[in-house]
Amino acid sequence: MPLLPAGARGAMTDPLIECHGVTVRRGGEAVLDNVGIAVMPGEMVSLIGPNGAGKTLLLRVLLGLLRAEEGRIASRPGLRIGYMPQKLELDATLPLTVRRFLSLGGAVAAGQRAGVLEEVGISALADRPMRALSGGETQRVLFARALLRNPDLLVLDEPAQGLDIHGQDELMALIEETRRRRECGILMVSHDLHVVMAATDRVVCLNHHICCTGHPTDVEIDPSYVALFGERAAGHLAAYRHHHDHVHGLDGEVVGAGGAHGHDHHQGHDHHHAHNHGHGARDG
Amino acid sequence: MVTGRGMDDFLIRALMAALGIAAIAGPLGSFVVWRRMAYFGDTLSHSALLGLTLGFLLGVDPTVGIVGICAVVALILALGQRQSVLASDTLLGILSHGALSLGLVSLAFMETMRVDLIGYLLGDVLSVTWNDVTVVYVGGACILAILIWLWRPLLAITVHEDLARVEGVPVRRVQIAFMMIIAVTIAIAMKVVGVLLITSLLIIPAAAARSLSRTPEQMAVIAGLVGMLAVLGGLAGSFQWDLPSGPAIVTAAGLLFVVSIAGRWLAPR
Repeated sequence: MPLLPAGARGAMTDPLIECHGVTVRRGGEAVLDNVGIAVMPGEMVSLIGPNGAGKTLLLRVLLGLLRAEEGRIASRPGLRIGYMPQKLELDATLPLTVRRFLSLGGAVAAGQRAGVLEEVGISALADRPMRALSGGETQRVLFARALLRNPDLLVLDEPAQGLDIHGQDELMALIEETRRRRECGILMVSHDLHVVMAATDRVVCLNHHICCTGHPTDVEIDPSYVALFGERAAGHLAAYRHHHDHVHGLDGEVVGAGGAHGHDHHQGHDHHHAHNHGHGARDG
Repeated sequence: MVTGRGMDDFLIRALMAALGIAAIAGPLGSFVVWRRMAYFGDTLSHSALLGLTLGFLLGVDPTVGIVGICAVVALILALGQRQSVLASDTLLGILSHGALSLGLVSLAFMETMRVDLIGYLLGDVLSVTWNDVTVVYVGGACILAILIWLWRPLLAITVHEDLARVEGVPVRRVQIAFMMIIAVTIAIAMKVVGVLLITSLLIIPAAAARSLSRTPEQMAVIAGLVGMLAVLGGLAGSFQWDLPSGPAIVTAAGLLFVVSIAGRWLAPR
């Protein structure tokens, strides 16, 4: 069951957005095959899957940017969506400051903009040209633009893409904090379960169809997840998990200094194998 | 101002028409540059000749024929971008040169229609009438008004189309409106710089304005001013040395672009 923080906007039982039976074909092949997904108020759902699995495509269908051949999409009436696209490709000839970029989503009161810049930690960048920003700064500016819409639902497409591990951790912490403060739902795409794991309520693993879904610690040991991401990803996790045993140092660099970072949340992690082998994580 | 011979009437008309077009072309051209649509503009302007003969055949004003054919080509391109068999530059190339050749061939067939082909290809600003000047200013005012009205949504989809769509911008309508005002601009600019050179009047001043601008609006205005400066220089050269006016204006714009690049290199950082 999704975790619903108290005080989330709207009716608790209605999803912010959901789809059922979404199918999209490209050249006869179903790139999305009977996919259903829902995000509840205040819930953080991570959509993971390998490259080319159809993650961004599913986001585009949910956002109404692409029409699915089959399936049904429903969102709560008046739902405000803040969208953070995967990439921003600005032409070098377009002079645009951060402030101006943020105003393109609609008129913004100066006070509100200052507040969001502060919230995202980029107050100092307001007058900088967009093209002078680093990858991490650009991601934060995109995130700020999504927040300026006062969203009920944040849709983030690979927000940590192209960042180093430190940058990824910082951005994920910011996203987690934002959810707590604003009590908005979040649907986030990632190709890496580890990046999103700590903050996520529910993981949906997609490879054209939905392979498995559930709590991150269930999904990571789901046979279909292991099959999809390979033994290496699974081995990775095993190494993480047994870090505190000081026994199974399968992968030296992983077990090393940075290895434990971000995984302190997994209480009782030593027992995962025994617990979860039986029931898998297919709770639909 | 240009020479000691005094301002002849035709020169005043030429100056007014060309200055008017440069003033529209700057802001519009900035968007053409930002949206990487230079080749698109070329394709539309190359099809203008076909619009001319079509207008003649149908007995309507050439401007109507040109706008009509540009609109059709723009729609074909918009639809063509949805297919994935041909890359869009291939499609643009086919339409661009196909339409230009078709226009030339159809002109050759029309024995009753005597046209100054070089004038249409390269522009003949010294032959503009007061009626042409009126069309430039009335049409230009409409184009600028529409562009100002479209400004924010157009800028938003230029920066990120999907993001703009999610934020509620009617992307397709804005795109089509933008294509249409380019088509109208081409129709009214044809007489001044000719179908082969219209795109250069859109993109060169905008490119020259880039290094001088800190905001999109600044760049649009500076591009207009650079274009007007190019018109003054080009027409002066044209008058002085009896140069073809269209190429002289474009050459002047090119020189201004080189100066802007040089200025950027030499400027202390």
